[in-house]
Amino acid sequence: MNAEKKHTVLQATDLSIGYFSKKKPILVADVINFSLKQGELIGLVGANGVGKSTLLRSLVGMQPTLSGGIEINGKQLASLTSLQLATQLSVVLTEAPASKNLTVQELVTLGRQPYTNWMGALSESDKKQINYALEITDTKKLAHKKCFELSDGQLQRASIARALAQDTPLILLDEPTTHLDLYHRAYILKLLKQLTAETGKTILFSTHEIDLAIQLSDTIIIMTETSVVTDQPCKLITAGNFDALFPKDTIDFDKNTGRFSIKK
Amino acid sequence: MHPVKKHTRYFWILAVLLVVTILVNVSLGSVSIPLGDVLSSLYGQGASKETWSFIITEYRVPKAITAILTGSALAVSGLLMQTLFRNPLAGPFVLGLSSGASLGVAMLILGAGAFGGYLGSVLLSQWSLVIASALGSFLVLLAVLAVTFKIKDTMAILIIGLMFGSVTAAVVSVLSYFSNAEKLQQYIFWSFGSLGNQSWSGVTIMLLCCLLGFIVAFSSGKSLNALLLGENYAKSMGVRIKRTTVLIILATSILAGGITAFVGPIAFVGLAVPHITRQYFKSSNHFTLLPAVMLSGAILMLLCDTVAQLPTSEFTLPINAITSLLGAPVVIWLLVRKRKLLF
Repeated sequence: MNAEKKHTVLQATDLSIGYFSKKKPILVADVINFSLKQGELIGLVGANGVGKSTLLRSLVGMQPTLSGGIEINGKQLASLTSLQLATQLSVVLTEAPASKNLTVQELVTLGRQPYTNWMGALSESDKKQINYALEITDTKKLAHKKCFELSDGQLQRASIARALAQDTPLILLDEPTTHLDLYHRAYILKLLKQLTAETGKTILFSTHEIDLAIQLSDTIIIMTETSVVTDQPCKLITAGNFDALFPKDTIDFDKNTGRFSIKK
Repeated sequence: MHPVKKHTRYFWILAVLLVVTILVNVSLGSVSIPLGDVLSSLYGQGASKETWSFIITEYRVPKAITAILTGSALAVSGLLMQTLFRNPLAGPFVLGLSSGASLGVAMLILGAGAFGGYLGSVLLSQWSLVIASALGSFLVLLAVLAVTFKIKDTMAILIIGLMFGSVTAAVVSVLSYFSNAEKLQQYIFWSFGSLGNQSWSGVTIMLLCCLLGFIVAFSSGKSLNALLLGENYAKSMGVRIKRTTVLIILATSILAGGITAFVGPIAFVGLAVPHITRQYFKSSNHFTLLPAVMLSGAILMLLCDTVAQLPTSEFTLPINAITSLLGAPVVIWLLVRKRKLLF
């Protein structure tokens, strides 16, 4: 399929993000322009403190933007009610569920909240979606385990299953691979890749696993102190954008292998 | 066994236990009345002695209903607070809600002397006690909430709740210092807690407060479930956080404030019952937990009251002391056995 014709799920136009301290706006990043297409896996990379989390929080409406616009499926983010937004995008945050007493089944079931009645009664299609989410994330056999009994990798899978149960065209994940071993980091990112292919969902994740992100993502957003660049990973490598990510005297980027190495 | 079937069985067991504890509670007291006479009074046929049926219908039955309402209302407000603050140690007592109610009542009873005369006597009607107590607890909760919006750390919120308790105690001591012995005694007896001596109109007011609180609690059940994930997740699933927070606080202050006005501050029920209930109901769903803690709270309160009555003796122990004596060891036992307290 021609990439130009893909449906745009999320569009950021001249976006400035930041926060208010004592009523004065503190700018974190500006002139952010990108559009996320349907069925794409997008990696968001950048050094610590450059504003990845602020950008994600702004995109999901948890934090007000300073200026510019965010459109989700053609509608301004600010014009959507919280319930409408809940059917458009779901999130996987770095924070674990507040209650560790929840079972995986309960956790995933909560994802259906935007669709259920005041008592949260489940219809057949709700149950089907929950079952699908449990199966594809391989958490079905953990369904009756409580969150405090899970390993970090299992908990991350369960959190992704909850977001899948919410069945939104867009899923945003904040550093889904932290605290995980190499196998689980690869597993989670492969799972995300598989989901975009199978379900046509658009998935945006922030990560420090730049090597893995380059290998799997359709698009990468690079955030540095001075700019936000968005393109396909191979084009970003050719243009030398990854070199700007870290100070050159410590970390070097090898264009041929697509990997970072420590300068000795 | 399937969890839902298991829950249905537990609900039946609790219902049977409730009936048994009601009968035990109504049968035992300083005057011993044969079970047959107790039952016939309950059916409205009167006991073989006039005084017996009077004791049953005008004293023991209102007391049993008060115990049921107190236990279930405090247990529900404890559950609501634990979920809202996402802290297993939260409860009406720990967060200074009961202290707020105490302050409201102390200002009314002890402060009414300062207003004196006509205003003083108007202020001391039963309704004004409810209003003073509810207002007191509501104000403390608002203060705790204002802090919650500023500070994300739940431990800090709990410490601030405890600080409100100390400030309240200090204000009450100052008020006590300036009031006369009679007023002081009235306040101290209120603070001991007492389920007895409730008029039927008092019981009706309590029932209305509880019904209102329970309706609000149940209507927030879905949002409460979402809050188990944390505020950010709840928001991302379409929960209107501010509205939900206000509703939960309203329900809690109506329940805890209303009850505390009539029976005085009752320790530990609000904190302990949700944890005890979670031991056998392996569910985090509030539509299961709310009725479960209501039943468990009612049963526990009836038991405590039966013990406090010291059957066949003329003495009645302060109910507040009994709930603490039973509640504190239960919480310690849970901690030692499970090594962690989850909500």
